Amino acid sequence: MAIFLNKDSKVIVQGMTGATGMKHTKLMLGDGTNIVGGVNPRKAGTSVDFDGTDVPVFGTVAEAIEKTGANVSVLFVPPAFAKAAVVEAIDAEIPLAVVITEGIAVHDSAAFWAYAKSKGNKTRIIGPNCPGLITPGQSNAGIIPGDITKPGRIGLVSKSGTLTYQMMYELRDIGFSSAVGIGGDPVIGTTHIDALAAFEADPETDLIVMIGEIGGDAEERAADFIKANVTKPVVGYVAGFTAPEGKTMGHAGAIVSGSSGTAQAKKEALEAAGVKVGKTPTETAKLARAILAG
Amino acid sequence: MDLFEYQARDLFAKHGVPVLAGEVIDTPEAAREATERLGGKSVVKAQVKVGGRGKAGGVKLAATPDEAVARATDILGMDIKGHTVHKVMIAETAPEIAEEYYVSYLLDRTNRTFLAMASVAGGMDIEEVAATTPEKLAKVPVDANEGVSIEKAREIVAQAQFPAEVAEKVAEVLVTLWKTFIAEDALLVEVNPLAKVASGEVIALDGKVSLDENADFRQPEHEALEDKAAANPLEAAAKAKNLNYVKLDGEVGIIGNGAGLVMSTLDVVAYAGEAHGNVKPANFLDIGGGASAEVMANGLEIILGDPDVKSVFVNVFGGITACDEVANGIVQALELLASKGEEVTKPLVVRLDGNNAELGRKILSDANHPLVQRVDTMDGAADKAAELAAAAK
Repeated sequence: MAIFLNKDSKVIVQGMTGATGMKHTKLMLGDGTNIVGGVNPRKAGTSVDFDGTDVPVFGTVAEAIEKTGANVSVLFVPPAFAKAAVVEAIDAEIPLAVVITEGIAVHDSAAFWAYAKSKGNKTRIIGPNCPGLITPGQSNAGIIPGDITKPGRIGLVSKSGTLTYQMMYELRDIGFSSAVGIGGDPVIGTTHIDALAAFEADPETDLIVMIGEIGGDAEERAADFIKANVTKPVVGYVAGFTAPEGKTMGHAGAIVSGSSGTAQAKKEALEAAGVKVGKTPTETAKLARAILAG
Repeated sequence: MDLFEYQARDLFAKHGVPVLAGEVIDTPEAAREATERLGGKSVVKAQVKVGGRGKAGGVKLAATPDEAVARATDILGMDIKGHTVHKVMIAETAPEIAEEYYVSYLLDRTNRTFLAMASVAGGMDIEEVAATTPEKLAKVPVDANEGVSIEKAREIVAQAQFPAEVAEKVAEVLVTLWKTFIAEDALLVEVNPLAKVASGEVIALDGKVSLDENADFRQPEHEALEDKAAANPLEAAAKAKNLNYVKLDGEVGIIGNGAGLVMSTLDVVAYAGEAHGNVKPANFLDIGGGASAEVMANGLEIILGDPDVKSVFVNVFGGITACDEVANGIVQALELLASKGEEVTKPLVVRLDGNNAELGRKILSDANHPLVQRVDTMDGAADKAAELAAAAK
């Protein structure tokens, strides 16, 4: 069944005709994603050939939805134009917008989040600054390599792209129901909690792996949520124990401010909620294996 | 990017937040003229990006221009919590202060909104106020698209229970402070204290501003606010090459792809180091998804140029990028460095996994570089890198 994305998802790509959009649209198609269109107002009416698959370009998200019934948009729009593109997706009420773009100003992401909220959150936003999500064997919306692993019964939610790949690789023989990269920015749409709730409700997910990192208190809140609402086993990993205070570690949101946002506090909160937390990605994978083996 | 007080003051002034006159100087002698321009007396304030300056002796009154020179002499070069004072602000002395308040705007990550905070208990550490007397700190969410109108500002002022005689003035400050927050793409604007002076006016006496570097593309003036002198030379060199690098205090140089994986690599090396004389990671360096030979060479050059580094751990998971490309990148990077006449003498431990890992490993094996060792698991490679660093210490 998977979460947020499946074989029936009809995907459009905002920013498809740019270099990054072209590259990843081709890869997504290769993973079996049903890509029904691209959006670029200056190239509306044209189409792009991806190894024999002809993908039409529409002028607006609304037009793309009207003509194709699209229900997912993946955004490869440069930071300066990302806010307008997300607002357009929200206005068109597309059910899922996956914002891959890294480097969006916080005032812009705060603004489009507030806008989505004011419109009743009809559009689920994943990201920004994320690798997107994949339901192996069905659909891939973003830049997660489609060939790391196969369909299976582990659900994965992570702030980090490469740690998502690493964990999918460690557990590749078991496979994943869905893997969701929620992004490393200070303001993101879909949170650990949203993904945990969806995996808890997904009958095809038996175990959840949750990857966090320094900054903010999303992991602590996820721990509270797990304690109260999640019956499936959860295995966790937190990156950034050695990060110094006050330094941004690659992701805009990965910063320890004073005593808040530390990896230690997150690990302790997760453990207090009954989550087994690994010291390294490999150890985390072993913990997941042990639980699944009963 | 956190700003100095004088930079915050300048931005406040630019957007209409009431501030006192002041100018920044970096020699004691300049304090004389600056103080003369202020009418003969001043406050000499250390410019450091850390709290508790006053208690550390970094803020002094000067009743005459001579005294200002003496105070500036004392303060320049002073160490405040590990920060050396290179600049002081010569500020106008505040009229008699009747009360001290607190106002700020910041990003509330938890609720994904902006937040106004205001308190009549200003002049002290606001985290302490929040911890000991939370009822004295009003927190009012601000919608990013609605912003702070005078009506919204009045709502904030009412919630914080400001006295009636200053309420409207504080509300006006809140409107101009919001302008600063928005116009400058700030993550934090804070005035502490916002002073009510004998005349009844309210003035921002001290402030903090933190700017969002992701907004640099539309904030061309922000580059000039960077404290280039204070930057670690390795960090500055890395920044010039568009590398995402943070200097740390250990011995194992780290290169990886992806922020999360690199953070994790630092941790894994630190754990491994516990068994090897407590060696630690020397840096954070994320070369991103592409990891071309040139980027790899730039990264290696920075890391090998760090005298603290005793071994290097290159940890790459091939996602979209194939490991054979990464392996070629490493081989070419070493050739590139050699052709530049830079002798590579530190051992490199390379772990490649993921897309085309077998091919990548073969390329490294075939290249047979005497300093490069291949270890195929992340934990194993971290252990090897820590061991090599400990041996070279």
